[in-house]
Amino acid sequence: MALSELEKKVVRELQEGLPLVSRPFAVLAGRLGLSEDQLLREIALLKEKGIIRRFGAAVRHQDLGFVYNAMVVWSVPETRVDEVGKVFAGFKEVSHCYERATAPGWPYNLFTMLHGTDEGRCRELAGRLALAAGVDDYRLLYSTAELKKSSMKYFLEPDEGTGG
Amino acid sequence: MDDLDRRLLNLIQDDLPLVAKPYRALADALQVSEEDVIARLSRLRERRVIRRLGAIFDSRRLGYQGVLCALRVPAEQLEQAAAVVNSYPGVTHNYLRDHNYNMWFTLLAPSPAALAAKVREIRERTANEDMLVLPAKRVFKIKVNFELDGV
Repeated sequence: MALSELEKKVVRELQEGLPLVSRPFAVLAGRLGLSEDQLLREIALLKEKGIIRRFGAAVRHQDLGFVYNAMVVWSVPETRVDEVGKVFAGFKEVSHCYERATAPGWPYNLFTMLHGTDEGRCRELAGRLALAAGVDDYRLLYSTAELKKSSMKYFLEPDEGTGG
Repeated sequence: MDDLDRRLLNLIQDDLPLVAKPYRALADALQVSEEDVIARLSRLRERRVIRRLGAIFDSRRLGYQGVLCALRVPAEQLEQAAAVVNSYPGVTHNYLRDHNYNMWFTLLAPSPAALAAKVREIRERTANEDMLVLPAKRVFKIKVNFELDGV
């Protein structure tokens, strides 16, 4: 699905963040040469298409008491991935659940992210997941340091990420 | 952070109203003034409790490709490797984790070819051939009020 030039322009503008003024969309619309109404319609369309996943705030969870994030990796037989993935996704403490490719020396194909207030709680929760899904080959990888957390900037450079 | 800040944070982790005066709409919901909401949001943003306010995109629907990568980095090389990895705008998350593969990061690029080129480059620049590159095959869940770039 290719985006129109207008859509790309709107994406570029929206990823800079919403100004904290009474009529923020009017400010952005001015930069884009659109009316406030036109911009609000474009945003609604991008949401309908699922291009905008959410229009709201990204909050730092460390500051809200969610100190630990544990990535739990699971080795699940191919035939059970669908069933197990759905079981994991049903837990409200699981923020993300992905099936990923395996690699030589890396047999784990299901990934879940757990957020908790301490390590013990993450471990206990992983145990509950294991029991619910009947999977016992798993590992917890705790975060010991956050080296980077940023928001992606799209459509900015033709050759994004030259490392500069 | 007081109780009103917390209620405000809860509200804005869902969708903001797409109206001309969104902060006014939040203020009405919380029964405070628009000025108060704007002042509180400014403060929360300055303190970086709010990392960003605005649109969170589905990278795949924008045509971007993503992978989760992991490197085994010896302790004495951590700083240098982190500097290389973090220098890529397409790296949005990078964590140290307690495992032999100790550096875990997400990498996004606008096309499969661009992604392969970045992976190759990171391997070379960190002088680390042993890098896991794990594309997603299926997404079972992305909780909406946790920011994620959809890697």
